[in-house]
Amino acid sequence: MKDNIVNISRRGFVKGFALSGLVLAVGLPGLSAEEEKPKYGRDAMPNGWVDNPLVFVSIAEDGTVTIVAHRAEMGQGVRTSLPMVVADEMEADWERVKVVQAPGNEQKYGNQNTDGSRSVRHFFMPMRNVGSAARMMLETAAAAMMAVPVSEVKALNHEVIHQPSGRKMGYGELAQAAAQLDVPERSSLQYKSAEDFRYIGKNSSKNIDGQAIATGQAEYGMDVRLDDMVYAVVAHPPAYGDTLKSFDDSEALKVPGVIKTLTLPSSPPPAVFNPLGGVVVVAENTWAAMEGRKKLKIEWNKGPNSDYDSKAFRQTLEQSAKQKGGKVLRQLGDAYKTLENAESTLSAGYYIPHLAQAPMEPPVATAHFQGDACELWASTQNPQASVDTVAKWLELKPEQVTVNVTLLGGGFGRKSKPDYLVEAALTSKAMDGKPVKLVWTREDDIQHAYYHTVSYEHLEAAFDENGKTQAWLHRTVAPSISSTFDASSVHQMPIEIGMGVVNIPYAIPNIQLENPAAKNHTRIGWFRSVSNLPHAFAVQSFIAEMAHQQQRDHKELLLELIGDDRQIDPRTLQDDWNYGQSPEIYPIDTGRLRRVVELVTDKASWGKSLPSGKGQGLAAHYSFVSYVAAVVEVEVSDDGEVSIPQVDIAIDCGPQVNPERIRSQLEGACVMGISFAMLGEISFKDGVAEQDNFDGYQVTRMDGAPGRINVHFVPAKDYNQPLGGVGEPGMPPIAPALCNAIFNATKKRIRNLPIRYQLEA
Amino acid sequence: MKITINEQVHQVDVPDDMPILWALRDVLGMTGTKFGCGQSLCGACTVMLDGQPIRSCVTPVKQAENKKLTTIEAISEQPAGRAIQAAWLEKNVPQCGYCQSGQIVSATALLNTNPKPSDEDINNAMSGNICRCGTYTRIRDAIKQAANKLEAGHEG
Ligand code: FES
Ligand code: FES
Repeated sequence: MKDNIVNISRRGFVKGFALSGLVLAVGLPGLSAEEEKPKYGRDAMPNGWVDNPLVFVSIAEDGTVTIVAHRAEMGQGVRTSLPMVVADEMEADWERVKVVQAPGNEQKYGNQNTDGSRSVRHFFMPMRNVGSAARMMLETAAAAMMAVPVSEVKALNHEVIHQPSGRKMGYGELAQAAAQLDVPERSSLQYKSAEDFRYIGKNSSKNIDGQAIATGQAEYGMDVRLDDMVYAVVAHPPAYGDTLKSFDDSEALKVPGVIKTLTLPSSPPPAVFNPLGGVVVVAENTWAAMEGRKKLKIEWNKGPNSDYDSKAFRQTLEQSAKQKGGKVLRQLGDAYKTLENAESTLSAGYYIPHLAQAPMEPPVATAHFQGDACELWASTQNPQASVDTVAKWLELKPEQVTVNVTLLGGGFGRKSKPDYLVEAALTSKAMDGKPVKLVWTREDDIQHAYYHTVSYEHLEAAFDENGKTQAWLHRTVAPSISSTFDASSVHQMPIEIGMGVVNIPYAIPNIQLENPAAKNHTRIGWFRSVSNLPHAFAVQSFIAEMAHQQQRDHKELLLELIGDDRQIDPRTLQDDWNYGQSPEIYPIDTGRLRRVVELVTDKASWGKSLPSGKGQGLAAHYSFVSYVAAVVEVEVSDDGEVSIPQVDIAIDCGPQVNPERIRSQLEGACVMGISFAMLGEISFKDGVAEQDNFDGYQVTRMDGAPGRINVHFVPAKDYNQPLGGVGEPGMPPIAPALCNAIFNATKKRIRNLPIRYQLEA
Repeated sequence: MKITINEQVHQVDVPDDMPILWALRDVLGMTGTKFGCGQSLCGACTVMLDGQPIRSCVTPVKQAENKKLTTIEAISEQPAGRAIQAAWLEKNVPQCGYCQSGQIVSATALLNTNPKPSDEDINNAMSGNICRCGTYTRIRDAIKQAANKLEAGHEG
């Protein structure tokens, strides 16, 4: 079979060990510096993209169409959304579509690292190509079999119809013949027109896994069962960088069901994706392994972070943020001088502690080591990095490692690091090839996350006598994700400052943006929407504070700062990253930012009169090349208890491929945004996280959820408009909108998260 | 010991203090009931013991001896369970879905005792079930829809 449609972007990429999409996306322009033109979007991702229908689609004789999902499903709906695009474009009936999950193999499927809110944005077109090519092959086969010109046949809902005669052939009958044909050239592909879409942009296709989930049949990483399998948990070093000194397992081995203990090598910082090391307890079931672990007596060597105290560190961050200087990120005019001479000024600082992703399903992996091969089953966002990292640790070639991707019980960034897969693989190897399911308990998950950073943001603004903003100063201090890959790294990376520090599009004549150094003391990773959280919290709270000080309506001031409609090349804002997208195709469009503000304030009746104790708060933020604004309405009781009757959230993410799942993602982002703002905190004492389960690390429950969440879309002109991200951009505006609402209800300004008890009288 | 699970009698030979969760998942291979926290804090492991919702991660197997357990795998045997599942699908409640076995069992138990729950009743009955994906507003809607359908004599 000829394979005309091939990966066009494989060339020029360094193979092998991949850090992660986020990190690599920054590194890539460097890697491909030799090439004539910089690459963006899907072309710039490791291993690019593939749109060969023979890779993604197969059709059985009974007509069942099987579509490969190559991105990981963690609740964002991608196993529905991308196959649905293929199904629509190929005129398949969704009821007769099955979805199978691809194992980690980016050579075959293109990039699979499911993070950065990229899946639909990057793969909408490749999947349309897949569907279109498949449909054209089916039509060609039908025309040949009916001996009629191909121009007279048309695919429609799982059949090809010869229009003049009304004769029909089903996809099942055509499958064999169609598969023998050449795949049409990409340039010859014909696409359905948007009026003919049956699934794209509609709410018609149900979540492909919905039935299995509702009946308890869906298989997550936690549910994998192999014959003869044993279970394992790991006692990890308490602080980042601690190592095993000695241990006594005599009591542990007495626990019924415990089979064996063994040790994992510790890997010194930087953590990268390496396992933390420690003592593994292997048992006949998970519970016995957990009970055995409790009975271990372990001594640890203290590492470089064993005195990490997050309270003291907060002071350090605050001091640096208040001190003039630090790496200058962007400078326009002279903000310092303007601040000095201004009619009035304002300054404030904002703090967000570490957070843990805490996906509902803790990290888990099952491994079966077979000497010269290893097969794994795991909930992972990043199967190719899993393959590469496991191979490295087992001293195998990547081709010898298979990573099967299960459903993920949530990811939120935690499951893009494959440390737990390595633990499972090493344990299976140490158990002479017995299959091992290695389970992280909630305690492991919360105490050994790749945490969201901890940050202090210092802002200053200067105003002229008319209340116009003349200067903006933002000093952002936070340990960087890059410290997880390079222990000496102390400054935020382009991807971090490109999340709402340098790329704020506000029309202010004097701007100074600085990043003082901050060292990490734990593993720092990405948490849904990453550095947008602290940056948007600070910037959007501060604008509300500015409005209050200048006695302006918040919305009016925000729109004034957004300014005239214009398309800004992000590079002119010192943002060379722009979520990996082309600055030409994806300029920062202030008109789009303005429109989401207008839409959400309109829908939420911004400024409506509310009884005392109630208030509305607004925030808007550009992230993942989408534009989002939110209005949160709160009610604060006399004793300081917050309830949230309503949230309105508006998004402009370009064309909406699966609007139903976009709504659910934004609803989820509202809840998760409220969750970390109200309750979220991981604190450290003596290097150890002080929280270890959902009692200490609290998350929003039903009683703290908004009464209503209204999601509003800005319609896109057509499906040729560039797509924006969806999974993450809902998060950043929520915390500031909530705190702005609390201020309007109570006149109390929250600058330190979590809100928790701060409002109690 | 003998335990009746989903109307079938199982002989379960495990230590008395093993939590029901692990007997179900690791010993009997019934993985619909999920592990989320192991400390009665998240509700992912919710099952019914003689009709009452319990957290199976902290309930020793011994307590189920000679009693009836109902898990997500058989919740559709109950009219409220069927109505809840149907409403869940219609409202597209699940995101990752990992918490949903527990949510569905808790919601079914709620409707079994309170066929017309108010928002406050729902908050009270469901706040032991964490959904990290944040599907709460849809869960509320779906419970109300299931309640209405049950009242109208449909099961969804
Ligand atoms: S696993 Fe039982 S309540 Fe969380
Ligand atoms: S649907 Fe993911 S935790 Fe509830």
